[in-house]
Amino acid sequence: MTVTASGPLPAEPYDVVIVGAGVVGCAIARRLAHHPALRVALAESRDDVGQGTSKANTAILHTGFDAVPGSLESRLVREGARQLAAYADESGIPVERVGALLVAWDEEQLAALPRLAEKAGRNAYHDTRLIGPADLYAREPHLGPGALGALHVPGESIVCPWTTTLAYATQAVRAGVDLHLNTPVEHAGHHDGVHRLTTPRGPLYARRLVNAAGLHADRLDRSLGLDDFTVAPRRGQLVVHDKFARALVRHILLPVPTARGKGVLVAPTVYGNVLLGPTAEDLDDKDATESTAAGLRALRAQGRRILPALLDEEVTAVYAGLRAATEHDDYRIRAHPAQGCVTVGGIRSTGLTASLAIAEHVTGLLTRTGLDPGAEHPPEPVRMPNLGEAFPRPHQQPERVAADPEYGVLVCHCERVSRGEIRDALAGTVPPRSLEGLRRRTRARSGRCGGFHCGAAVRALFEEARGREEARR
Amino acid sequence: MTRRVDVLVVGAGPAGLVAAARLAAAGARVEVLEREQRAGGVPRHCAHRGFGGPPHALTGPAHARRLTEAAVGAGAEVRTGVTALDWTGPLALATVGPRGAETLAARAVVLATGARERPRAARLVPGTRPDGVYTTGELQQAVHLYGQRIGTRAVVVGAEAVSHAAADTVRAAGAEVVALVTDLPRAPAPAARTLQARLRHRTPVLTGTSVTELLGRGLLSGVRVRHRDGRTATLPCDTVVFTGDFVPDHELARHGALSLDPGTRGPAVDGALRTSRPGVFAAGSVLHAAESAATAGREGAHAARAVRDWLAEGGTGRAHWPTGVPLLASPPLLRIAPNRVTPSDRLPYVLRTAIPLSRPSLYVTQDGRPLHRQRLPLATAVPHRPLTLTPRWTHRVDPAGGPVHVALA
Ligand SMILES: Cc1cc2nc3c(=O)[nH]c(=O)nc-3n(C[C@H](O)[C@H](O)[C@H](O)COP(=O)(O)OP(=O)(O)OC[C@H]3O[C@@H](n4cnc5c(N)ncnc54)[C@H](O)[C@@H]3O)c2cc1C
Ligand SMILES: Cc1cc2nc3c(=O)[nH]c(=O)nc-3n(C[C@H](O)[C@H](O)[C@H](O)COP(=O)(O)OP(=O)(O)OC[C@H]3O[C@@H](n4cnc5c(N)ncnc54)[C@H](O)[C@@H]3O)c2cc1C
Repeated sequence: MTVTASGPLPAEPYDVVIVGAGVVGCAIARRLAHHPALRVALAESRDDVGQGTSKANTAILHTGFDAVPGSLESRLVREGARQLAAYADESGIPVERVGALLVAWDEEQLAALPRLAEKAGRNAYHDTRLIGPADLYAREPHLGPGALGALHVPGESIVCPWTTTLAYATQAVRAGVDLHLNTPVEHAGHHDGVHRLTTPRGPLYARRLVNAAGLHADRLDRSLGLDDFTVAPRRGQLVVHDKFARALVRHILLPVPTARGKGVLVAPTVYGNVLLGPTAEDLDDKDATESTAAGLRALRAQGRRILPALLDEEVTAVYAGLRAATEHDDYRIRAHPAQGCVTVGGIRSTGLTASLAIAEHVTGLLTRTGLDPGAEHPPEPVRMPNLGEAFPRPHQQPERVAADPEYGVLVCHCERVSRGEIRDALAGTVPPRSLEGLRRRTRARSGRCGGFHCGAAVRALFEEARGREEARR
Repeated sequence: MTRRVDVLVVGAGPAGLVAAARLAAAGARVEVLEREQRAGGVPRHCAHRGFGGPPHALTGPAHARRLTEAAVGAGAEVRTGVTALDWTGPLALATVGPRGAETLAARAVVLATGARERPRAARLVPGTRPDGVYTTGELQQAVHLYGQRIGTRAVVVGAEAVSHAAADTVRAAGAEVVALVTDLPRAPAPAARTLQARLRHRTPVLTGTSVTELLGRGLLSGVRVRHRDGRTATLPCDTVVFTGDFVPDHELARHGALSLDPGTRGPAVDGALRTSRPGVFAAGSVLHAAESAATAGREGAHAARAVRDWLAEGGTGRAHWPTGVPLLASPPLLRIAPNRVTPSDRLPYVLRTAIPLSRPSLYVTQDGRPLHRQRLPLATAVPHRPLTLTPRWTHRVDPAGGPVHVALA
């Protein structure tokens, strides 16, 4: 098992190098790990997997009911949703099938609902149902006044995006994929059938390249002489509310898209919080993941209308993600046989859902660039630690605490994270290299106190483990 | 399986420890549940002096030790590393600790779960999400309990007493305090404290100034501030400490559906520290985040007396559980605790004001009927410092009447 974060890179060419360890790159790595004959590496510029857009989204496992019918995105979201639901079940990734309600607040939105139901049908989703205000308020008693009706989409679910990405990466690494962190690919050159990837850690060689660089996929493509699309980041700011808000909402409350804009959603999370957002701001800066006063003001104004009581609860986090929008109204996934490369571009706002289907599609395209993947042998299944509230956490399982008292020692009290879970995460196949990475693996420090009670204790456990690691080296 | 005790105290801070010591000394079987590895509550990590009885010369850790020893010495069982998770009955709690899950039932429960400072996210301060962002609680633990390194230049948000404690901790860690920043027009800490910061430490105390944005990716590089007159500036720093702005840790109170007071957001209690549920009492910062440790201790002792009366009368089903009438603080008063009143209440009230008040007088009425008028012994009352109202008027309250109002005269 190889995960590196410093030092020189192997000199031997890999069969395939995937650039970008977001949810998409990790899913592709996991898919290629089904072929033991392939030597595969995953190169990521940051110090952890899933540090880009994949960590900062609304965490919905979409049905694809509102995709553009006939598009590649429509198909991959539909297939990916099914695959991820099954994979989550097998791997212990928390998913809750809470269903969505597209709430109409005016006549125009109400009139749009039947069209959306009909569009869902064209996306092969047939379970939508129009409901009237009485039914709507019976389902969502805390909804603000004035809603006229809704479209119910029972299949929409919520999922843990962090565990999903980590599960893919863990499974891939255990099956022999090399994960190289802190490895930004600055340039790609293709000579005599081999890519020479320039990185600050030295060159990395690959016979085939998969460009899964998210927001930066256009730049990497250009260094190969490809000019297929330009990424225009679209920021989405989100506000996370305390667990006391979870009782206020049962479904994902989606806005009805109209000509006058998209509105924001209110959605529960698998951790038991409630999200409000996202904004949609077109920017130039691909690093602009900061929140703004104007953005927060706008979100809270909309939140007050949708679920007034939400604003009385404490905010536990504010974050922003950047959608990799392009000038095309679909995913931009292309094989470039002459360059020995597949580019996975424009995975805008559904990439988490579609990840497994994208991976399968990309593997198919790679063979079209002449890659012979060899025999298929599925990797060992993984079982991830549960971060979801709908499933038992370690401290809630008496037999686990009896077998290992560390699961009964809570360190992060707001999120009820035990010392045993933190220890396990620090010793994981893809261990965290920062407190933020530890947070995404355990929820430690993501509660209402923001570290007032546990921050220093969690940091002490993290630094102790890092110290041991360094002493070993 | 459920184990039974006489009294369950949740939280081994000053309030819970004092309550437990008194009750155990009176012969009750008392168990204190503390989720941290050590008892003592917040004073565990307050290295500064200012605790204990007058002249308040003890450091926080020394105070925490004394209180713990007193409780244990009196016969209370203080169990650390044990979290009270949720209610399983009106007076029963599910707990978890290294020895596993256990349900504990009692004849009385005292909630002494304390308070926390609002972190950056809860204050909706926009910007990036860099490292180096603290609350005082986290900073004190990092520096005083774990000897962790912090940055080299810190901005402290707030200028009340706890903010100065944070500034001292920054200095103790060998770092520089860039400034204390408060949006209030006047520094709310005692004047001597503000003067000491300005003169002795040469630390600017910026009033009328709010933090509008955090800057820097990965590591904090500075905070944007805006003065009331519209001027803006960037204070370069690698550490920022959000101080004060306390909220009660009221999770158990809410899970138990106890009535909350809208002003304090803690459980509503009368002068005997009775919550809305028979047999459940509350004391300390959970009632009024946050007053001094001495106030918390005094309430712990007071709650112990009320618990003893309740146990003596036979507990649930038999004993009398008056709920009193609401006690409301009118603006610009922010909050009052206790916040319900019965005619026999004897505990002084603590209040806070939203704005500075010169020569304040308090006026207590019920249904338009005057009950009490009191000139406070202060030239000026300022935000972030406690005001005290005597309880010597409660016998005039009509328990069948409307809410009692406390207003400025
Ligand atoms: C606000 C918002 C809400 C969303 N909500 C949902 C949702 O509810 N459901 C859903 O399914 N999807 C949602 N999405 C979309 C989803 O998050 C993305 O489609 C998905 O995360 C894209 O994954 P990725 O792997 O392509 O990109 P990323 O996660 O951005 O990964 C790309 C990786 O490549 C790395 N990289 C870039 N350049 C280089 C280089 N030169 N060398 C090495 N590494 C490089 C980056 O560091 C990054 O880690 C949402 C997106 C946003 C912004
Ligand atoms: C930075 C700072 C500086 C201060 N300086 C001073 C000073 O100089 N002088 C002074 O008099 N006061 C000072 N104070 C205030 C003083 O600390 C408080 O008044 C006092 O600690 C309140 O006591 P308490 O028992 O109500 O709560 P806390 O001390 O907060 O104790 C509550 C305890 O309950 C535990 N708990 C909570 N929930 C559970 C649960 N579900 N299960 C088990 N255990 C639980 C917590 O772990 C904690 O130990 C300061 C406060 C702060 C934050």
